[in-house]
Amino acid sequence: MMRFLVPLVLFVVLGGFLYVGLHLNPREVPSPFINKAAPDFKLSQLQDFQATFSPKENLGKVWMLNVWASWCVACRQEHPLLVQMSKRGDLAIYGLNYKDRPDDAKQWLSQFGNPYVFSLADFDGRVGIDYGVYGVPETFVIDKQGVIRHKVIGPVTPAILSECLTPLTQLLGKDESVESPEMKKVLKKCA
Amino acid sequence: MRVNRLFNCAALCAALALFALPGFAKEAASLAQDPVLEKRVDAVSSELRCLVCQNQTIADSHAELAIDLKNQVRDMLRSGNSNEEVVNYMVERYGDFVRYKPPMKPTTYFLWFGPALLILIGLSVLFITLRKRRQRVLDTAPLTAEDTKKIDDLLHAGKQEAKS
Repeated sequence: MMRFLVPLVLFVVLGGFLYVGLHLNPREVPSPFINKAAPDFKLSQLQDFQATFSPKENLGKVWMLNVWASWCVACRQEHPLLVQMSKRGDLAIYGLNYKDRPDDAKQWLSQFGNPYVFSLADFDGRVGIDYGVYGVPETFVIDKQGVIRHKVIGPVTPAILSECLTPLTQLLGKDESVESPEMKKVLKKCA
Repeated sequence: MRVNRLFNCAALCAALALFALPGFAKEAASLAQDPVLEKRVDAVSSELRCLVCQNQTIADSHAELAIDLKNQVRDMLRSGNSNEEVVNYMVERYGDFVRYKPPMKPTTYFLWFGPALLILIGLSVLFITLRKRRQRVLDTAPLTAEDTKKIDDLLHAGKQEAKS
């Protein structure tokens, strides 16, 4: 009996590990920034180099920082959604134009629409590194206290938008605590 | 004909060398500026994982992000940070995953001690099995006189057959 039981158990355990592994995404590296203050920076705006912006100015607001570039194919995929969101106007989206050329970036915005309050010019990618960006697009959700509450790696999909970003930003807007059951439910959907 | 071919080859080599030169010169310059710094940059960046091509260090990788990160490492070292501070800076931003040598902490105990644990389990299974087998051999009843005779006969018969 043991002769068959032991290999069987080993097989089932191994199979279980491999099965779980099938559904994991090694590209999704959890950001250590969640629930930490958004790193500070000061960057020029893409459309107006004279004007600068720093995350401190958004204290008291729930906002999203969307990292994008004109050379990024997946950005084009999520872009219509962002445009749609900005038209609804319930959430401020700021762009971080990552390692791009200003002319390409501006051309891209005029071609596909501009959902951003404004975009920040991170041409050498230093702010990107500071935010732990390793693939574009990435989207950070930042609360009124300037704390990063969520990060979407890869393009925002309609599902992510309706199940995660919209309820999350609404709750954050109502100053819901991260520990509240409602918030936990949403964050679980986000994960 | 042969001379011609030789000439062609030489021309090609010269052309290749010309093309190769600018890149080479640039790399050499950054090395020559401060070999001590470059050594440290190499040491730190070979401990950091490139997040785009995940099984390479940023020292090995030519992905753009890896080059940017290496520049960041260089800048930070140049401005007086210790190797450890630079690694910590990266961990703060990209998580422990960025380190090729994972830190020792409760969530990584299995990673660190798992292999030793598996070896221990394997060795104890081997040990127990061997002991059981020895016990089984010892437990077997000794041969009776009749058995011995039978064996002798069989061996003997074999020998005679071989002779004939």
